[in-house]
Amino acid sequence: MAYEITDKCVKCTACELVCPNAAISETATVFVIDPGICTECADAYPEAQCSSICPIEGAIVDELGDPINPPGSLTGIISLATA
Amino acid sequence: MKLPIVENSGSNSESGSCQPSRCGSGTAATPLPADIQERVANHPCFSEQAHHYFARMHVAVAPACNIQCNYCNRKYDCSNESRPGVVSEVLTPAQAVKKVKAVAAEIPQMSVLGIAGPGDPLANPERTFETFRRLSEETPDIKLCVSTNGLNLPASVDELCKHNIDHVTVTINCLDPQIGARIYPWIFWDHQRLRGVEAARILIEQQQKGLEMLVERGILVKVNTVLIPGINDQHIPELSRVIREKGAFLHNVMPIISDPSHGTYFGLTGQREPTAAQLQEVQESCAGDMKMMRHCRQCRADAVGLLGEDRGEEFTLEKIDTMEIDYPAAMEKRARVHEEILAGLEQDQNPTDTGVTDGRAVQMAVATKGQSLINQHFGHATEFLVYEASPEGVRLVGHRRVPRPYCEGGSSCGEDAEAIMSAIIEQLAGCEVLLCSKVGFEPWTALEAAGIQPDGEHALEPIEEAVKSVYQQMMTREPVELPATERQSA
Repeated sequence: MAYEITDKCVKCTACELVCPNAAISETATVFVIDPGICTECADAYPEAQCSSICPIEGAIVDELGDPINPPGSLTGIISLATA
Repeated sequence: MKLPIVENSGSNSESGSCQPSRCGSGTAATPLPADIQERVANHPCFSEQAHHYFARMHVAVAPACNIQCNYCNRKYDCSNESRPGVVSEVLTPAQAVKKVKAVAAEIPQMSVLGIAGPGDPLANPERTFETFRRLSEETPDIKLCVSTNGLNLPASVDELCKHNIDHVTVTINCLDPQIGARIYPWIFWDHQRLRGVEAARILIEQQQKGLEMLVERGILVKVNTVLIPGINDQHIPELSRVIREKGAFLHNVMPIISDPSHGTYFGLTGQREPTAAQLQEVQESCAGDMKMMRHCRQCRADAVGLLGEDRGEEFTLEKIDTMEIDYPAAMEKRARVHEEILAGLEQDQNPTDTGVTDGRAVQMAVATKGQSLINQHFGHATEFLVYEASPEGVRLVGHRRVPRPYCEGGSSCGEDAEAIMSAIIEQLAGCEVLLCSKVGFEPWTALEAAGIQPDGEHALEPIEEAVKSVYQQMMTREPVELPATERQSA
């Protein structure tokens, strides 16, 4: 059970700062979540911390590849993005 | 007044079309209390007078943010935009310290280092405070300041005090959570993403609490407010009154930037920007007995130089690596330069009185490169300062950025001249005179036709003196007093 960071990541570091498991680290292009460490914050918080602070829609996905923050959910600009 | 001419080791050559700017000094209305004036005497963002002479820089060490604002989109690597939230490279604390020392050596007028983003500095406490800690040791003469959205402010006040930071800017856009809910789509608080009125209420509460705690500890607080027409414009005078009562010493009401190409919510949903006149009206309605800031340039989170100029490109990490710098000598030189500027400013207690007892207010645009002088060609100006002369005195009331200078130099000079000219004239709406060191025949004619009198006769004169003298001439030629209503709207 682990989340994943996509290439939409802008490397703002916010997720790394709030991860309770220190599962997130930086690469040259994006941040990555270590699937061996990530617990999706199951035992620590009601919601995963990384996806609760990430400002970029679609940058964090679950195991099925579904975005935790789908288009429009953070910025409210869904209709414009899909129009 | 006489001011030293500071050489910049040749690094400040005529690079491109980017020209600095400046604004007014001593104001007719609401001077700062003497003790505060002394503390901000060399701070270009907090002292209108200082901003003609002293330089500042921001280091972008704080990429993470804990809230979303509808006017913000923190895109990186965009060197062509000048606005908060945008930077070209995020630095580690070590890189930031290196950059500060290099800039402070090359630009001896530098007096202030700020951390302003591109996210929220207090949402990146380790990087922010590590940078402050090292700078207070390695460049003890440079003033440190920080800008924040305020959410983490109460929790950070003790840490801020440790680093000898005596200036903090808090962006407060409203006191009413209903209004806040239209500006902030979410905040990250207590391990959750909160939305709507509840999120706005918590943010506002933390901002107000943080403001009170800073004032209690004697830290100077400036409040920034983004004017968003139709959302918080009616609310700002009340906001201004409350923060003034709580002890903020300066209020900076800035226009929202909502260019759709920036990809912000407000930009994409057609939120309008205020006109220069609307901005000025809101600022006037707040003025009361607190100082209003009129010279803010809404600079990038990695800006370098005098306000209105950005020399960031001269100081990329790559370029800094090739610089050979004698740091102790640079600090000595800086001390000398600062002392000379301050001595000059002290002499410059020029009365702003116009000597006109009866007459309407007149706004004049000024082209300047700094030093409080009319020293820029019309065609080189990327922005104009706007001064108002009236029986109450001469004061800076704002600045107008132009999309492109009339003459960008080289082969582009003269291309699209008409289009550029009409854009500039649009920006100068409300100004009756344009003071510059020189202006060509064609722009002269266009300005005159638009009802703006170009004037190159005061080249190299101190701005306020020149504004005063032009105003006196105008008023002797124009003896008829206008009705009071018209004066107010002028």
